[in-house]
Amino acid sequence: MRLIKFLLFFISLAPTFVFASTDIQLDKAPIDTSDNASLQRGAQSFVNYCLTCHGASYMRYNRHQDIGLNNQEISERLILTGQKVGDIMFTAMKKGEAEEWFGVAPPDLSVIARSRGADWLYTYLRAFYRDESSSSGWNNLIFDRVAMPHVLYQLQGLQTLSIKSQDGSEVKELKLSVPGLLSKEEYDNFVADLVNYMVYLGEPHANYRKKLGVIVLIFLLGMLGLTYLLKREYWRDVH
Amino acid sequence: MSKQENSFMGWIDERFPMTATWRAHLSEYYAPKNFNFWYYFGSLAMLVLVNQIITGIFLTMSYKPDASLAFASVEYIMRDVNFGWLIRYMHSTGASMFFVVVYLHMFRGMMYGSYRKPRELLWLIGMAIFFVLMSLAFTGYILPWGQMSYWGAQVIVSMFGAIPYIGETLSNWILGDFMLSDAALNRFFAYHVVTLPLLIIVLVFVHIIALHEVGSNNPDGIEIKANKDPKTGIPVDGIPFHPYYSVKDIVGIVAFLIVFSGIIFFIPEMGGYFLEHNNFIPANTLQTPDHIAPVWYFTPYYSMLRAVTVNFLGVDAKLWGVILMAGSVIIFCFLPWLDRSPVKSIRYKGPIFKFALALFVISFLVLGWLGTKAPTPLYTLLAQIFTVIYFAFFILMPLYSKIDKTKPEPKRVTK
Repeated sequence: MRLIKFLLFFISLAPTFVFASTDIQLDKAPIDTSDNASLQRGAQSFVNYCLTCHGASYMRYNRHQDIGLNNQEISERLILTGQKVGDIMFTAMKKGEAEEWFGVAPPDLSVIARSRGADWLYTYLRAFYRDESSSSGWNNLIFDRVAMPHVLYQLQGLQTLSIKSQDGSEVKELKLSVPGLLSKEEYDNFVADLVNYMVYLGEPHANYRKKLGVIVLIFLLGMLGLTYLLKREYWRDVH
Repeated sequence: MSKQENSFMGWIDERFPMTATWRAHLSEYYAPKNFNFWYYFGSLAMLVLVNQIITGIFLTMSYKPDASLAFASVEYIMRDVNFGWLIRYMHSTGASMFFVVVYLHMFRGMMYGSYRKPRELLWLIGMAIFFVLMSLAFTGYILPWGQMSYWGAQVIVSMFGAIPYIGETLSNWILGDFMLSDAALNRFFAYHVVTLPLLIIVLVFVHIIALHEVGSNNPDGIEIKANKDPKTGIPVDGIPFHPYYSVKDIVGIVAFLIVFSGIIFFIPEMGGYFLEHNNFIPANTLQTPDHIAPVWYFTPYYSMLRAVTVNFLGVDAKLWGVILMAGSVIIFCFLPWLDRSPVKSIRYKGPIFKFALALFVISFLVLGWLGTKAPTPLYTLLAQIFTVIYFAFFILMPLYSKIDKTKPEPKRVTK
């Protein structure tokens, strides 16, 4: 039994190198977590589009003071559920219902940018296409048979998949067949803001951490000089 | 600190050997005067140990050892506890840096023959510390209860299952359940915060006592006690640890803190090597990740675990893997008796030893790199080749260290 489990474990590793070569190149996400305007737009989109199904249950609303909002602005713009400003960003959807509807409960998004990475999210949210064979009617270029439907299709429009063969290998391409409310550039910017916000959400103190780090390093460099002089003074008589 | 009958210290000294201890271990402990860069890592390991204990205490104040709460409690520390993120990053970075300094500390010993007579027991106590450190790292990594915590631990615990006859029972006994679950998380928490820290503190204490009994080795690998001033009885090449090495080690500590802070404040995940990306996904007992890799400091041994792919001598491949993995660490304990060279330090050893040590370091690094990768036929072949080289370094040492051409050792320490 143990041996079987062990073998299964190795077999489970097999796909990683079978598919490794066909990995689709991720697009670089334009991340700038010091851009408060972008983070505020992203936060707005996040509560409007994501928070319905996904929670961000390690994050408190009033934490958004980090990105230049005061408590009143947070209550008015970000809290759509009547919660208090010190509350956690729960989703309204019940886990059991979600499993029934999608087959799997939507994951919490608090630290999703830390596990998936910004580039993956940026690519993923722009890579949905129409697929009648899937249960939701949607599929994704970098997440095959994903349970999540394309929530942002009104903005992006409808993409369809075309597979071309080029030099004997398959090249997958997405084409916009029905335009959405936003142009391609506007949609890319929309997703960029949203992903920027999710990067902030993954580690809200990151900007402060870097700022503090500079001060700590300056202090330590000063200490290095002083302690070195002290050492040199003591070691004068060692030959 | 002179002994005065009526002073406060005098009162203490009549009841506790305060001044005597201070002298024996600091102000009149004579260390060789030619310590170089490699001699910082012992005191740095102590610094990291203290860091781990202090930050660890603060982490336990908010961490919840409960499979349904653990992951969220870590994020709670990261977000809602004042400077919780700093405490947690100091602890997680400290874990990796502990291995960095301990590996360099051990490498120093291998270069300068610090394990040779009369320091065999000192080396063995050091190895015991290393085993406890590995256990601490393993039990600590489980606590955030992310995907890598869970599945990494699953792989390690399944290794016990490979032991014939008692394996299954043993792994159930370790886990307290038939699978990795809340019961295991609770007991690993107990080991991580009570049992193993107590053990490591005692062992570090014993390590230092043993060191001060035999005296420090040095880059020349000669005994400074062999050449004492006839009048004072003080080694002519020795200087008091305090103040000379205490002020020198402070410089090393500050330099280390610069690197340490650089990581904590600017790259705390170290590109996924110190904090793995998949460990930001809560443990899911039903979903095995595509690729399970231990944290970087275990990857050389993990490579050797995976290197054996065929059953032979009637023992199956998995058990061979486990034997090799355990053997790859335990074999360090035999170094004092494997090395037959007439000299201790690499400075006076011949080309064969230098070549063998270089090859060993390369194989350690390559195995470490391979351990972070998903296995492919090429990688498995590489792992097998370098596993052989790794063990050959030890097993062939009695032979090559004996026939190697050595240079004569100097009478006094050199710069």
